[in-house]
Amino acid sequence: MRHDIVIIGGGPAGLAAAVSAYENGIEDILILERDERLGGILNQCIHNGFGLHTFKEELTGPEYAARYIDKALNYGIPYKLGAMVTEVTKDRKVTYVREGEGVVTIEAGTVILAMGCRERPRGALGLPGFRQAGVYTAGTAQRLMNIEGYKIGKEVVILGSGDIGLIMARRMTLEGAKVKVVAELMPYSGGLKRNIVQCLNDFDIPLKLSHTVTCVHGKDRVTGVTISEVGPDRRPIPGTEEYYDCDTLLLSCGLLPENELSKTAGVELDRVTGGAVVSDDLETSVPGIFSCGNVLHVHDLVDYVSQEAERAGLKAVGYVRALANEALNEHAEVVADTDGESGVEASGRIRIKGEGGVRYTVPQFLNYESMDEKVTVRFRVGDVYKDRSLVLYYDGEEKKRMKKRVMAPGEMENVVITKAGLNGKVKEIVIRVEE
Amino acid sequence: MTEELTCIRCPIGCALTVTIDGDNVTVTGNSCPRGAEYGAKEVTDPTRIVTSSVRVINGAQPLVSVKTASDIPKDKIFAVMEEIHKCKASAPISIGDVIITDVAHTGVDIVATRMVTAV
Amino acid sequence: MEQLDVIIVGAGVVGCAIARFLSRYDAKVLVLEKEEDVCSGTSKANSGIVHAGYDAKSGTLKAAMNVRGAKLIRELSETLDFPYHNNGSLVLCRNKEDMPGLQELYDRGIVNGVEGLRILSHNEVLAMEPALSEEVVAALYAPTAGTVCPFGMTIAFAENAADNGVEFRFLEAVEDIQKKDRGFSVLTDKGSYETKAVVNAAGLYADVFHNMASSDTLTITPRRGEYVLMDKEAGDLVGCTIFQLPSKFGKGVLVTPTVHGNLMVGPNAEDVEDKADTETTQLGMDDIKKRGLMSVPTLPYNKMITSFAGLRAHGDKGDFVIGEVSECPGFFEAAAIESPGLSAAPAIGEHIAGLIADKYDLKEKPDFIDMRKGFTEVAKLSNEERDALIKKRPAYGHIVCRCENISEGEIEDAINRTLGAKSLDGIKRRVRQGMGRCQAGFCTPRTMEILARELNIPMTQVAKNRPGSELLRGEADET
Repeated sequence: MRHDIVIIGGGPAGLAAAVSAYENGIEDILILERDERLGGILNQCIHNGFGLHTFKEELTGPEYAARYIDKALNYGIPYKLGAMVTEVTKDRKVTYVREGEGVVTIEAGTVILAMGCRERPRGALGLPGFRQAGVYTAGTAQRLMNIEGYKIGKEVVILGSGDIGLIMARRMTLEGAKVKVVAELMPYSGGLKRNIVQCLNDFDIPLKLSHTVTCVHGKDRVTGVTISEVGPDRRPIPGTEEYYDCDTLLLSCGLLPENELSKTAGVELDRVTGGAVVSDDLETSVPGIFSCGNVLHVHDLVDYVSQEAERAGLKAVGYVRALANEALNEHAEVVADTDGESGVEASGRIRIKGEGGVRYTVPQFLNYESMDEKVTVRFRVGDVYKDRSLVLYYDGEEKKRMKKRVMAPGEMENVVITKAGLNGKVKEIVIRVEE
Repeated sequence: MTEELTCIRCPIGCALTVTIDGDNVTVTGNSCPRGAEYGAKEVTDPTRIVTSSVRVINGAQPLVSVKTASDIPKDKIFAVMEEIHKCKASAPISIGDVIITDVAHTGVDIVATRMVTAV
Repeated sequence: MEQLDVIIVGAGVVGCAIARFLSRYDAKVLVLEKEEDVCSGTSKANSGIVHAGYDAKSGTLKAAMNVRGAKLIRELSETLDFPYHNNGSLVLCRNKEDMPGLQELYDRGIVNGVEGLRILSHNEVLAMEPALSEEVVAALYAPTAGTVCPFGMTIAFAENAADNGVEFRFLEAVEDIQKKDRGFSVLTDKGSYETKAVVNAAGLYADVFHNMASSDTLTITPRRGEYVLMDKEAGDLVGCTIFQLPSKFGKGVLVTPTVHGNLMVGPNAEDVEDKADTETTQLGMDDIKKRGLMSVPTLPYNKMITSFAGLRAHGDKGDFVIGEVSECPGFFEAAAIESPGLSAAPAIGEHIAGLIADKYDLKEKPDFIDMRKGFTEVAKLSNEERDALIKKRPAYGHIVCRCENISEGEIEDAINRTLGAKSLDGIKRRVRQGMGRCQAGFCTPRTMEILARELNIPMTQVAKNRPGSELLRGEADET
């Protein structure tokens, strides 16, 4: 079995990539989704705030997903639910396991990785205490409440001020639970400002910055947590312990791209994002394998996921077309065979680096020859910056300086690079936060 | 009188300064007209969209997600939730179907935000 | 009142090993466990190491049972089909002045009957394990050491015992054991039993029962040990189990690949008062992490997926307390089973079962089943085998736990087998659902549904383990 484009993941990224690929002329697409429905995590994000950029209106998660699902269904794009991909190889063979089918291996002209991300669990945080019931990651709690319809707790403490945690603070309050406090290890919130206003401030839920959970009490079920203030080294300060009675602790402490499959294919990963290293066309170090959405880097807005995935779909179409051309086909094989010299590190590429407060950039490379006239480079900063400038350097020379009123780690920033401005000579682009 | 607000109309979250001088309300710090509108409204007549879910009878899923079709007064949020909690919807349901009309006398309907097929 | 031949108090690894060896004989055996599953106390949270046997003082029960137990584990892992890996161990010596200590371990190992021991030079050790600290001067290599799944082994013993007629009752705590003219009355929180013999395998609580039968008072102190566990991606950093030679800096911690391929560091040792105090502490975790780096300087703690604490049943007699209490005939015990208790467990089981069989002149069953088939691990099959299996039983193709690749079929197996799982922890221990890097973030809701369906209980009754650890607080529209 063979398909031009195999998309792993039927969430917002996979759907947008599929729709875009179809609209750009490739119909032989297959979406492999491990869950029992398309739409991914959007299905459980029943709050509003999605789609202002894409649809110019404010939608809920299921509505936003439905827009793309309807398109994919109208186009008749094939998809399989309950299909768990177990391996992707360098030469683009995709193996999945599915009830009713068994183990199936398909060949793909291109693969688009769109597996999304997972939540950092309690264990990875090393929270001291017993291993009792009542500790949930915010997303698990969200699923149990919004999809399955269960109450998970009556008195709640939330650790971490990521967006899902903030949204769940409001959700649980509306469902009759008492959310006592949100503790955040960092001196700033990891979530969107609007969510702090409408999810915490609206309901008088205190947000304690520079605080963390230092003990989870209760042997069978959570009976309370101790919260302590942390110093500049993020270690708890003895003597600042405060005890909160609660039956539930929600964790919203970061999202991690799910790149286990990317690793089986030998895709080079970025140590900061945890996602693939990609060029401007969203191609990874393995030719013909593209990556987009939260598996590439964790986004703040689904609108940006869709935009990125649409580009991945478009570029995958370009790859499929080029592959049909015998000459490039051979070229691709050659690149694939050179071990160590990965696709994105091939010569003629422009390296983009984040420095001085810019934690990473996506893409990490530009391919001057083939790049679009304008390329949006997205990134996050490592701290809260007020009244600073974003400065763009081309080969060490200042190219552009942009004033920013506020930049925060919870929100993605971007700069647009134009091909015209690069002159075909630039080797390295650096983005920095400066005074 | 001035108030410092964070605009919640979109995820950018502009820091607004709203100045009230008698009947005259001025907003600064916004980067779009929606921000100006929000700032003025938030100090005079704050409203919110409420989202939740309603239990479904005969549905392929146990719940249908819902929202207020437009903003409702902020102080009506819990009154709206009380009606939502009492409500049960029957499948099949399409996106946009009215689940509760004129919820809590706000003049606003509760509408479905997902499709639920009947079993 | 029910009449038994033998009542075993406790379904930890020792109780289950005794039950398994007793099940060979024609006798009515009952195991009483206060928790909801086997392997719920000391047995569930330990290093999972099969010690070679050079540690214990020669001539002690610990030494004898360890060496015999390690051999039995190798054999039983085949017939009872539980995860065991003979990966060998190294004891690192980091200072020249400590070399006599290493030599002492070697000499003791020889006396204890440990095979294949060798002292390796700095270069030999580094060649074998390149990730180890350059400061290693020499190491004691024990090729017979291994790793075992403590849950897997305990459940294998219990299942095989049950298949051979031993009965298990859970959530039933023994409150009193009274000596009668012939045998004993055992009183629990649910009822009472008459039995000819009692076996005290109550782990941390074995002192309570010992002191009912013996005037030679035993005190068991819970000695807490904390561990951190890392992702499978880090699992091949070392091949052997790496111990540190006790030095002036303390007893040291171990760094080991687990039998399932994760990397584990721990434990520390802290005496606590509460026999249920399995709380981890910031200080404790910081301490073991720091000490682990002395063996392997590149330990990737950013790949940590969980941490946990276990309690060792530390007795005050300096050795295991095993055998029949002389002043109370018919009262057998396996108490104060601390390290190397897991390694020794099958030998203890064999020994106690032998004592009981001799005393009561028990006959071997002609139809004893000595084999047990382990859990089907679908992800470990080849694609062809897996494909064939899914075609036969589609539920093996429905992946529930993404990280460990565990299917709905395997979760159903965990619930529906002999002594099946009744809780999320029970499923996790049998088939590793939720043991991976997301720590059950994605699969918890689905697993709860399967458990509720298979046990025919409401979702609100699904618990992490025992009653009181239910995960939900009701339906959303209940107030």
